[in-house]
Amino acid sequence: MLLYTRRAQRIAWAVFGFFFLLLFVLPFGILVLAAFTRQWNGAFPSSYTFSNITAAFHKDPLDGLETSLITAFVSSVIALAVGTWAALALDAMRNRGGKALIQTVFMLPIAVPSVVVGLALLVAFSQGPVLLNGTSTIVVMAHCILVTAYAFQQLSAAITRLDPAYEQAAASLGARPYYSLLRVKLPLLLPALTGSLALCFALSMGELGATAMVYTSHWTTLPLRIYALDDRGHQFVAAAVTAVMMTITLAVLLAISKIRTRANFR
Amino acid sequence: MTEAEAGRTDRRSASPGGGGIRFEDVTVAYNGTVVLDSFSLEVAPGEVVALLGPSGSGKTTALRAVAGFVRPASGRVYAGGRDVTDLPPYKRGLGMVVQQYALFPHMRVEQNVAFGLKAQKVAKAQIPGRVAEALRMTGMSPFAQRYPRELSGGQQQRVAIARALAIQPSVLLLDEPLSALDAQLRSGMLAELARLHRELPDVSILYVTHDQIEALTLADRIAVMNDARLVEVGTARELYKRPGTEFAAGFVGNSNLLPVTVAECAPHADGSFRAAVRIGTQSQPVAATSAEAVAAGEARTLCLRPHLLELAAAEHHDNAFQARVTEVQWRGSSHRVFAEVHGHEVRLDANELRNPPGIGETVWFHFSAQDAVLIPGSGAALAEGGAR
Ligand SMILES: Nc1ncnc2c1ncn2[C@@H]1O[C@H](COP(=O)(O)OP(=O)(O)OP(=O)(O)O)[C@@H](O)[C@H]1O
Ligand SMILES: [Mg+2]
Repeated sequence: MLLYTRRAQRIAWAVFGFFFLLLFVLPFGILVLAAFTRQWNGAFPSSYTFSNITAAFHKDPLDGLETSLITAFVSSVIALAVGTWAALALDAMRNRGGKALIQTVFMLPIAVPSVVVGLALLVAFSQGPVLLNGTSTIVVMAHCILVTAYAFQQLSAAITRLDPAYEQAAASLGARPYYSLLRVKLPLLLPALTGSLALCFALSMGELGATAMVYTSHWTTLPLRIYALDDRGHQFVAAAVTAVMMTITLAVLLAISKIRTRANFR
Repeated sequence: MTEAEAGRTDRRSASPGGGGIRFEDVTVAYNGTVVLDSFSLEVAPGEVVALLGPSGSGKTTALRAVAGFVRPASGRVYAGGRDVTDLPPYKRGLGMVVQQYALFPHMRVEQNVAFGLKAQKVAKAQIPGRVAEALRMTGMSPFAQRYPRELSGGQQQRVAIARALAIQPSVLLLDEPLSALDAQLRSGMLAELARLHRELPDVSILYVTHDQIEALTLADRIAVMNDARLVEVGTARELYKRPGTEFAAGFVGNSNLLPVTVAECAPHADGSFRAAVRIGTQSQPVAATSAEAVAAGEARTLCLRPHLLELAAAEHHDNAFQARVTEVQWRGSSHRVFAEVHGHEVRLDANELRNPPGIGETVWFHFSAQDAVLIPGSGAALAEGGAR
């Protein structure tokens, strides 16, 4: 704690509590409440129901959940692999100009609005030679491009912080670069790897902008369905679907955070 | 045959006998700045050589050139009986221990020690035995199941050594391995290292340090470095008794360095030369030893070890000079006297004196001719620095 006096600590907690309530508890609390609401006229819902939740588990939105989970899983795993690989390669590069170029290329997708990424993909793959318009692949691609930027950023930072003495010790003991990558570097990077996997997964689950440009009727992710439900006036069902999605995403994030080795306790 | 196997076979055939380390005119530069300048040094198989020098003098760089982490701009490096200049680090098969140990935090002690054996694909059946042996030699067997973070600094240091020894290198590179330890632990580990080397008499050791006591205790020979260059190399005894440069005299042991003028010089029975020299404008010359003949009138630096000076009455000694006492320190079992002679500070270390001189008093400092060494150059600049 940076604050020593009791008074200062109490004030800090009060300020924190106020913003926490305002920014987290209020919107998410109301969302959960809305998920169980039949009618809401006054300050609080006037009658409660489970029918929204049942509707959320109805065939249609549930398909969206599966789509979202598959998309998020595939794209975050690919992003982690590509991002890590690129970050490692960048670290080994000597050429400063080349380094800057690669860094910029990887940052580009998050420097522009995600809609632009979707649009770019749409333009690039709507006519030959590679025709991906209307496939699930193009959706996964959009997600990959977006979240790889984050994976790359996180891994780059972690690799920079890694003490080169470990790799050199491994080399002096006769470990080839590949062996020391597998047995020394990656295990030491594990906290960053799981952290960025979780981040990528969460970002992909919530992605809307780029997906809206490239989705098809048979590959519609949950955020799009929630948007559509809300658009058609089914706010409470939308809230219920969101609540289910939140719960599942949190469960996955929790599971990822359980992947750890001794390196976490360094 | 894989490359690793090829490397092992020829390492085995190279030692014993063919081991050791040799630098041939090695120059290393970082971004155009030369940090190791035409460095040549040989470490014989089984020999311990200490690289001694002030911070930034290029010691670590020399060691890294052997290990393969810096590439010489020119010159060749030989280790374990072969030219390793163009080999990547993992093919050199040298043991190395760095200042911060760099133990793998996610592996137990045992796994750390086994790492090199696994990396080099040593037969599985051999690994436990060799790990146990390395742990035994360093006294770390009881800690085999611990993680590095669960060990003290001294224990981590032993594990780092065990890990380097497990691959049975013919060359061991140690970069200030004791600098992270406190003084008491350091002297214990120093004795431990000496014992280890007696147990492994064929291993050549290059030991980087800026601590002269470590170098004197452990090394067969000491290589003194300054400013990217090798200044002087010799046995600990030679460097201490007969330093050839002012820098070595000041860096290996304490010394008083005084500018003198040679009055006369003659060959001595032991093959060296005896010279009569004048300190400053002093009328009475004193006798000193010189490794080479010097002409009368030449300027030299006289190196006097503080503990080989004695306080004396003038009438009893011909080999003495007069000085004015500026400070007297009582240190329990000893006295340290600072005095001034012709504008230069001279220090004397003696066992506790019964009648220490008073400040401002004029005294005579006596020394024997064989303990006083003439060094080329005029010591004006270093005279005071050296005595500290
Ligand atoms: N990676 C590097 N890039 C640029 N300069 C470096 C690098 N490593 C070392 N140097 C420089 O090279 C010189 C010699 O460094 P080196 O580490 O060999 O010194 P050292 O004798 O080991 O010193 P110390 O006793 O402080 O460890 C220093 O001036 C240092 O600043
Ligand atoms: Mg160093």
